[in-house]
Amino acid sequence: MQDEPTPTELIKAVADFLRNEITPEIKGHNAFNLRVGINALDLVTRQLAQESSSDAAEAARLKQLLGMQGSLLELNRVLSERIAKGAVDLQTPGLAEHLWQTTMDKLAVDQPNYASYKRELKS
Amino acid sequence: MIEQQLGRCVASWFEGATGVTGAAKLSGGASQETWSFDIVHAGGTTGAILRRAPPGYGASPGRAAGLDAEAVLMQLAYDAGLPSPRVIHVLTPEDELGTGFIMTRIEGETIARKILRDEQFAKARPMLARQLGGVVAGIHSLPSAKLPKLREMNSTKELADMEREYRSFGWPRPVFELALRWLRERDPGPPKEVTLVHGDFRHGNLIIGPDGVRAVLDWEIAHFGDPMEDLGWICVNSWRFGEIDKPVGGFGSREDLFAGYEAAGRKVDPDRVTFWEVMGTLRWGIMCCGMMQRFRIGPDHSMERAMIGRRSSETEIDLLRLLAPRA
Repeated sequence: MQDEPTPTELIKAVADFLRNEITPEIKGHNAFNLRVGINALDLVTRQLAQESSSDAAEAARLKQLLGMQGSLLELNRVLSERIAKGAVDLQTPGLAEHLWQTTMDKLAVDQPNYASYKRELKS
Repeated sequence: MIEQQLGRCVASWFEGATGVTGAAKLSGGASQETWSFDIVHAGGTTGAILRRAPPGYGASPGRAAGLDAEAVLMQLAYDAGLPSPRVIHVLTPEDELGTGFIMTRIEGETIARKILRDEQFAKARPMLARQLGGVVAGIHSLPSAKLPKLREMNSTKELADMEREYRSFGWPRPVFELALRWLRERDPGPPKEVTLVHGDFRHGNLIIGPDGVRAVLDWEIAHFGDPMEDLGWICVNSWRFGEIDKPVGGFGSREDLFAGYEAAGRKVDPDRVTFWEVMGTLRWGIMCCGMMQRFRIGPDHSMERAMIGRRSSETEIDLLRLLAPRA
């Protein structure tokens, strides 16, 4: 067992330091890079918090949809092949809902401020 | 050092030029650079832009039209009265600056967030879509006899190229598969009329002033193809920067864009435009994935590239909104 603080707590502490103490001191192109870096740390924090439950739910949906077992990557490969071949499409029960849920879970980590995502969250 | 080289170059064709100041690199990868500088002469200074491949980087890669073709296209656009910089010099070997050209610098804004939010553009925003419709129509009407040699593309070839690139990543994306399938089933094939296509007509490549559009830039991926491609590309949600209910660049409606296009004497095919909007959304998504690949295997190990890779999911939600809207 690894000791505390957790990775999430460590990353948050670093991101807050960069955001509050360093950002005011940096100018020019590096200010832009710093913002990108802080965004990356915030993304990692969100992924650490959300990934295990969204991955588990995604895997459960895929097993149901495809009628097979496998790793999340394998299941996504099979789903991709079946969509490419036309074996499943938007008329297939559960496919649209699965793709929507999976995509919403990705946006929640990648880009929760993306306007399309915020709009869909409300609807 | 570049100021001395530019000074020598400018002296050979700009009458009364005494030198060059304020040279600053605006952008540049290994093979292509853009520099801003001022030409000093008795009457004051004249703003100029150098676009070049430095010495040793002759040929342009894959999809690129090439700097010589870019110069010709920009000059043709200028001559046709379209908003465009004027090409004032095409580099020669004696210039020792590589290959490329020098154009007039046009003041204005290219950053989308400023164009969409700053007060100084408030009057321009409502008229931009119609104005740009007219500009695209002008591009599609440039005299074909004078156009340079460019690659010819169509939707079928473009789709095959995108699919090949996506498959090369080896990472499954069910939403992209759905989009590829949707596009293959609706591929409209070659257009009735093949025209010049700008290929990257969107924020970043348009200089906007408080008075409206001032210049179209970056003809790097210009080609011959379906004119509706340019209309679809500027409607891609990724270029709306949050203003998702204004499909044209976050500032205007399709109706205004199409009205401007048709007022200039050309016809819109709205179904083809929609097809190209879906194509464009998927293309940007695949380009984001490509950034991730270059971050991982290329020499540019930048955070920016890496984080753009994480933006491909934005195009997945936009594809779902287009192809499988909820309720």
